[in-house]
Amino acid sequence: MRPYSYSRATDASGAVAALAGAPNAKFLAGGTNLVDLMKLGVETPDMLVDVRRLSSDQIEELPDGSIRIGAAVPNSDLAADRTIRSRYPMLAEALLAGASGQLRNLATTGGNLLQRTRCVYFQDVTTPCNKRESGSGCSAIEGHHKNHAILGASENCIATHPSDMAVAMAALDAVVQAQGPDGEREIPIQELHRLPGDEPERDTVLEHGDLITAIGLPPLGFAANSKYRKVRERASYAFALVSVAAALDVEDGVVRDARIALGGVAHKPWRATKAEEALRGEPVNEANFRAAAEIELADAEPLPRNAFKVPLARNVITRTLLELSEER
Amino acid sequence: MDTEITLHVDGAEHTFAVDTRTTLLDALRERLGITSPKKGCDHGQCGACTILLDGRRANSCLALAVAHDGAEIVTAEGLAENGELHPMQRSFIEHDAFQCGYCTPGQIVSAVGMLDEVKAGWPSAASKDLDADGFVLDDAEIRERMSGNLCRCAAYANIVPAIQEAKNR
Repeated sequence: MRPYSYSRATDASGAVAALAGAPNAKFLAGGTNLVDLMKLGVETPDMLVDVRRLSSDQIEELPDGSIRIGAAVPNSDLAADRTIRSRYPMLAEALLAGASGQLRNLATTGGNLLQRTRCVYFQDVTTPCNKRESGSGCSAIEGHHKNHAILGASENCIATHPSDMAVAMAALDAVVQAQGPDGEREIPIQELHRLPGDEPERDTVLEHGDLITAIGLPPLGFAANSKYRKVRERASYAFALVSVAAALDVEDGVVRDARIALGGVAHKPWRATKAEEALRGEPVNEANFRAAAEIELADAEPLPRNAFKVPLARNVITRTLLELSEER
Repeated sequence: MDTEITLHVDGAEHTFAVDTRTTLLDALRERLGITSPKKGCDHGQCGACTILLDGRRANSCLALAVAHDGAEIVTAEGLAENGELHPMQRSFIEHDAFQCGYCTPGQIVSAVGMLDEVKAGWPSAASKDLDADGFVLDDAEIRERMSGNLCRCAAYANIVPAIQEAKNR
């Protein structure tokens, strides 16, 4: 591993300033992904600025009914929080579906959002990868791409975003609070993560030196009727092939509103707005759920070895919506 | 680049200088000679390096020592008290819950940390009602909550009963 200096920031402004003058510096929080990538030679910072004990580790309800989650809240605390479990069960379920007990204790909320793809070529510095080294080529398109994207990919990159938590947050319209050299700003989570386009090395819209300080969850009453369902190759401790976060608002057998986001299918948590739109005002039944899923997936452009994800996503969306309509 | 840190490990205080790149796992094993946390994958995938870090189970291979200056650490060899094995250690022996034994210290520390999480009312992906006040630790719960510890000898069939019995001690 390349040598680096280590310092612990005493406040957010100091942390941001420390990175402003150091183009190869990185923020360190839980370290569960960054330290691993440093061992693999994928990340080679010359300076780490530790922000884990810096940003808030509190989960608090604000006067407007929204929830403010400090960036340093461990994944395990967020999953165990009583308010999250009762008002946003899909978020608690998504967190519990990710990683292991040990990793959730170390990993932070802000760091979870910024974890990098688990594409095997991205993690293997001996192979070409446009995300790791711009212009070197994509090894996955002609290679092992069973786990890769079916929506929103480009000819440069077909990686998927690995987070479960971010999928639920995308469905919940979470708002990311970031502090940068020019001050603080709010970023809707759907705008945080990017599609690869011709800049796959950029996972998010954050600039160097931008620090996530908190995540806000707006109130959403019917999120109490929500679920996260994850399909993977073993029962636990594996990344998603396809996952669905969904909330359903039903009245008199008709869908009043819905929130749906997909994981494991794109370079970012994929908010299924077309399916949501198709569901509003429709009677609750399997055929309508399936039709809505198919409308969303009509844009899918699968490759030979991940084409199975299209029917899998359709079935998981349909099943999850059925369960949510039956449990009411 | 060396930095001086202090770690409290199994009740003893150690102050020493580490390279900033040193993980807690390497600091424990190579610098302090505490070898119960094992280096399996060194990538957070196997759980053999599990320690209790400030009271919570964690993968010591992914935690940088400099980032945990001042930490309270318990390893498998610190679980015994007054020469008496911890109930989880006794139960693993009684149930023959290992074969080669390499993953065992991590399994035992993880199980101890996991029982504390259950006591604190934390749910898991195997919990049927996420909103419940407490969780019954059936076999499915144990398997899910222990999924971060791999055993290549596949002693799971005895690890699960060992934890089942130890949870009541």
